[in-house]
Amino acid sequence: MWTRLANPGHFLRWSVALTPWLAGAAALTGALGLYLAWFVAPPDYQQGETVRIMFIHVPAAWLGVFFYGSMVLSAIGTLVWRHPLADVAQRAAAPIGAAFTLICLVTGALWGKPMWGTYWVWDARLTSMLVLFLIYCGIIALWRTVEEPNRAARTVAILTLVGAVNLPIIKFSVNWWSTLHQPASILRMGGPTIDPTMLYPLIVMIVAGTLTGIALHLYAMRTEILRRRVRTLTIREAERLDPGASVMVAYPAGPSA
Amino acid sequence: MIRVFAALVARDLRLAGRVGGSGALSLVFFLMIVALVPFALGPDLNLLSRIGPAILWLAAVLATLIGLDRLFQADDEDGSLELMTASPAPLEIVVLAKVCAHWLTTGLPLALASPLFGLLVALDGPATAATALTLLVGTPALTFVGAVGAALTASIRRGGLILAVLVLPLMIPTLIFGVSAAQAALGGTIPFATPLTILSGLSLIAAVVGTLAAAAALRWGE
Repeated sequence: MWTRLANPGHFLRWSVALTPWLAGAAALTGALGLYLAWFVAPPDYQQGETVRIMFIHVPAAWLGVFFYGSMVLSAIGTLVWRHPLADVAQRAAAPIGAAFTLICLVTGALWGKPMWGTYWVWDARLTSMLVLFLIYCGIIALWRTVEEPNRAARTVAILTLVGAVNLPIIKFSVNWWSTLHQPASILRMGGPTIDPTMLYPLIVMIVAGTLTGIALHLYAMRTEILRRRVRTLTIREAERLDPGASVMVAYPAGPSA
Repeated sequence: MIRVFAALVARDLRLAGRVGGSGALSLVFFLMIVALVPFALGPDLNLLSRIGPAILWLAAVLATLIGLDRLFQADDEDGSLELMTASPAPLEIVVLAKVCAHWLTTGLPLALASPLFGLLVALDGPATAATALTLLVGTPALTFVGAVGAALTASIRRGGLILAVLVLPLMIPTLIFGVSAAQAALGGTIPFATPLTILSGLSLIAAVVGTLAAAAALRWGE
């Protein structure tokens, strides 16, 4: 069944039916979550109203990591099974994950200004998220540089896996570095455990964010498949018009083509 | 296998020597960065000696990037990389040999010359020795991580900038532990051995992951 579902043609058919439902569910849970976050959850006794930024910030952070995880799975799919849908999934996930990581960084900075008195501190978590964002940028840049899609997919897959091996090491070393230079004096991250009145809205927001992310991902995958079809059709058209030059257009990479 | 390795290392060293010495050039680049920092920060020797190890390490990271984009690209262009791929020796050995040769012409000269540059930023004896030792232990990690980027961008024209964007985030752990080991030698609460051991561990991990990933990138990148 999985092979059938993963066929790009079938994928286009079932995803077109599924995407509106996912988007609708995401909108409903998002509305519910925002209502809970704005009107039901109490302001924090210390942070006041700014605590509500958390309801965007935490789901964004989760999705930034979630999409890197999905890219790692896709990368394995690309390298082991050479599945075209895995290529597409990986390519579509990178900008979405980068966007959520950026949202996480920006909302965190906006929260940090009134709370810590500064937009940015070189705290371990902030730095790790920044490095994750940089790795996303590198992956997107590599996608855009390699022209031939299959070769680009394999190249990016290797980079994604190397990044996945490195991310825990980076996390560990950044923790070491931050505790070395700056003991946790400003931050009280591991402070009071979260109250249920805030926990439930947060969970709803995380679910809503995840549904939004998956809907966006499916939509981006459909776009990418269609983009590839357009590319193939363009190449065929070019081949039909000018058989000699077509090889150069299709594979600018070199002799292996 | 050993003979293939030795032959490839000798070939790359000879090429590096004849094509105008990339080793000497990256040393000059290293010196230039070390010389630029005092212009930016002011000639305060106390400040410079405090951040000296950080300056030397940053210079080492940047100097490693020089010439890295040509590591596999030059061989890809003149076709010798395909010969190496087709040879009976595993591609990993080829990659390992080329990376070792690259380190011998960039990382090793930097580590050996760093005591000289330590004088410019007013490091005292023990700190200079410690920084040189961390560079000696840590620069292989930089080169191996860089080799992955070089293999990924081997067939991309003007791959230098994207190579830097790809590999610099992955070099952060090495930089952190290299500088913190050198700082520990300057005096501090942490014993010198702890970050140094982790730094050597990072070099070993990078040697394994870097070799496999770079070989995979060359094999599947075509």
